[in-house]
Amino acid sequence: MKYQIAILAENKPGVLTHVSGLISRRAFNIETINAGYTEDADVTRINIVVDANDETELNKVIHQMAKLIDVIKIVNISELASINRELVMVKVKVTSSAIRADIVNIASIFRAHIVDVGHENVVIELTGEQDKLAALIDMLNCYEILEIARTGPIALSRGIIPVKNM
Amino acid sequence: MEGSAAIIKCLKENNVDTVFGYPGGMILPLFDALGRDESIKFILSTHEQSAAHAADGYARASGLPGVCIATSGPGATNLVTGIATAFMDSVPMIIITGQVDSDLLGKDSFQETDIFGITMPITKYSFRLRKADELVVVLRKAFELANAGRKGPVLVDIPKNLFFCDVPYPKYNLQKRETDRPDADFLICAAEAQKKILQSHKPIIIAGGGVIFGQASDELRKFAEKYNLPVVVTLMGIGSFPADHELYMGFAGLHGRKSANCAVAEADLVIAIGSRFGDRQTGNITEYVNDKHFIHIDIDPAEIDKNVHSSIGLAGDIKIILALLMQQKAVDDLAKWWNRLNELRKEDDFEYTGAYDVPNVMHHISQTINRGDYAVVTDVGQHQMWAAQHIERFKPRTWFTSGGLGTMGFGLPAAVGIQIYYKHDRRVIHIAGDGGIKMTGSEYYTIAALNLPIISVIINNESLGMIRQLQKVFYGTRYFSSEFKYRMNYAEYVNSFGIDTYDVHSMDEFVEALSNAISENRPKAIIVNIDKEFVEPMTKMDCGINTFIKF
Repeated sequence: MKYQIAILAENKPGVLTHVSGLISRRAFNIETINAGYTEDADVTRINIVVDANDETELNKVIHQMAKLIDVIKIVNISELASINRELVMVKVKVTSSAIRADIVNIASIFRAHIVDVGHENVVIELTGEQDKLAALIDMLNCYEILEIARTGPIALSRGIIPVKNM
Repeated sequence: MEGSAAIIKCLKENNVDTVFGYPGGMILPLFDALGRDESIKFILSTHEQSAAHAADGYARASGLPGVCIATSGPGATNLVTGIATAFMDSVPMIIITGQVDSDLLGKDSFQETDIFGITMPITKYSFRLRKADELVVVLRKAFELANAGRKGPVLVDIPKNLFFCDVPYPKYNLQKRETDRPDADFLICAAEAQKKILQSHKPIIIAGGGVIFGQASDELRKFAEKYNLPVVVTLMGIGSFPADHELYMGFAGLHGRKSANCAVAEADLVIAIGSRFGDRQTGNITEYVNDKHFIHIDIDPAEIDKNVHSSIGLAGDIKIILALLMQQKAVDDLAKWWNRLNELRKEDDFEYTGAYDVPNVMHHISQTINRGDYAVVTDVGQHQMWAAQHIERFKPRTWFTSGGLGTMGFGLPAAVGIQIYYKHDRRVIHIAGDGGIKMTGSEYYTIAALNLPIISVIINNESLGMIRQLQKVFYGTRYFSSEFKYRMNYAEYVNSFGIDTYDVHSMDEFVEALSNAISENRPKAIIVNIDKEFVEPMTKMDCGINTFIKF
């Protein structure tokens, strides 16, 4: 079972290593991890998707992470009503104008953007939930995908209460 | 103020009077400052690992953070085993390492290692100092962290140039942190726990090292007495409960007393206090949990539900929690359970024959030091288990051993730190095997140089007994790398440091040697040359803790 976890931590060198090191040491699999600035300059938000057997296992790792000195708050977003997004960029090889037209079509159906076009390639950008991303990649697999970069999902809870006040 | 002087001032501010360490290029400015200061005692070890173990020993004995300093690169990496040992046993320590100059960082400079990164998983926190003006703030924070909640080691890595910088020394606002009052939820849990205790028919207490670090021995005794509860201790919990108390069932675990292990296995309610249900305590977790109920009391909330699913978890100060749990009126209907426990005790009565074997040697040590002011420090291996089984301890901080990490070589350097803390009030009996002595035996130099009155008992069976035992049980008696065919003379070895030694080959000789050693207040070593044996009992860890291997 996959869980989306939001971690608020002091914006200090090494904090990401601390968090990821602890998770791997306790034998959990990190599916994705990303970090970024927040509304507070001193605080980093780390978004992690971990694979755990069940909620008890997950709570163990949450308890361990809560012990890290730099960690301010940890919330299991999966158990809340939330909005979940990921961004992907896909570079596809284009050998004919027919293929280019196909790909532009697919992109528009998915409401994706063509963000770069070259003589032999296009780059498509799509933001959405993971199944939507998977569907797009599945379609593009009919052509030659040169490379893919994705951010990993980030999530915000619905409603007025931010994670830091939970 | 110069950085190094500020560090010394900050150490004093935190009541540090002893520092352990080993010099090297990048930490020399701090050594220079220490040398010019007369109020902090510096203990020079023979190896950084030993300096860490000594600071660890000092902390275990005093309850205050042990301070240890070393240089960058090899100095810092040599500390690692010592830091990990302290981390696993929740011992408060401050480790200061020198680092290459700021402008040389990240260039693979001479003696540069990323000790901050290396120690990340084995410290409560590591600091990598970047700016001089943070020095004092960081050091204060390090002391605060090492001491707060579940204690542990904290490392501060300082580039050499910062020792020379002019640093601000802000005023110290000592904020006495108020202990959190139990909230409503907590009180409900506590009430439920009391109900469980009163309802159970076969309750038992497992007392761990947390009772000692939480200074809750008195509360533990009162709590057990109030509800007439039997008490077993873990390896780290020895000394938390008086061994001659009628409620005491002994040491439980892989090599624990049979009666203690059976009592835990048969219990319907386990009250674990300051113990983390380590695998050497529980064996196969499914067998262990069985149909039991659990009350888990620990200062670290992350321990609750980590290894055993507690029915009730109470995270917080053990002293306060035990006081909370004593508010109910006791109903004593445990007669049947106590009959069973006494039956177990009788079946398990160890008969001391006086024969020349390690259990009898340990028993003699126990009888000799009995209630006198002595502290027992062990190394790791067979002798450690025999000591845990046969040496009785009555007070906290009179038993020291490496529990979680099981660090061979821990004993001798730790004994140095402990003896330095106890000065002449409490004499240290150090027990080790011949294997461990070859690891950190160089500390006899420190012992001799400082004339520390440690009595060192070396159980010399010319083998790595515990490894040999594992090979006997699990590897078809194929002994490999565990028997020392090449003989060495331990008496001459220790004697070469200028320490009186006794080379012992019989029980009579041992009795005489120990009494001689005790009569003179200076370093002594007794080499007990003895046959290879196996430590019994040994539980079958994959079955229940009440099943035992036959030798």
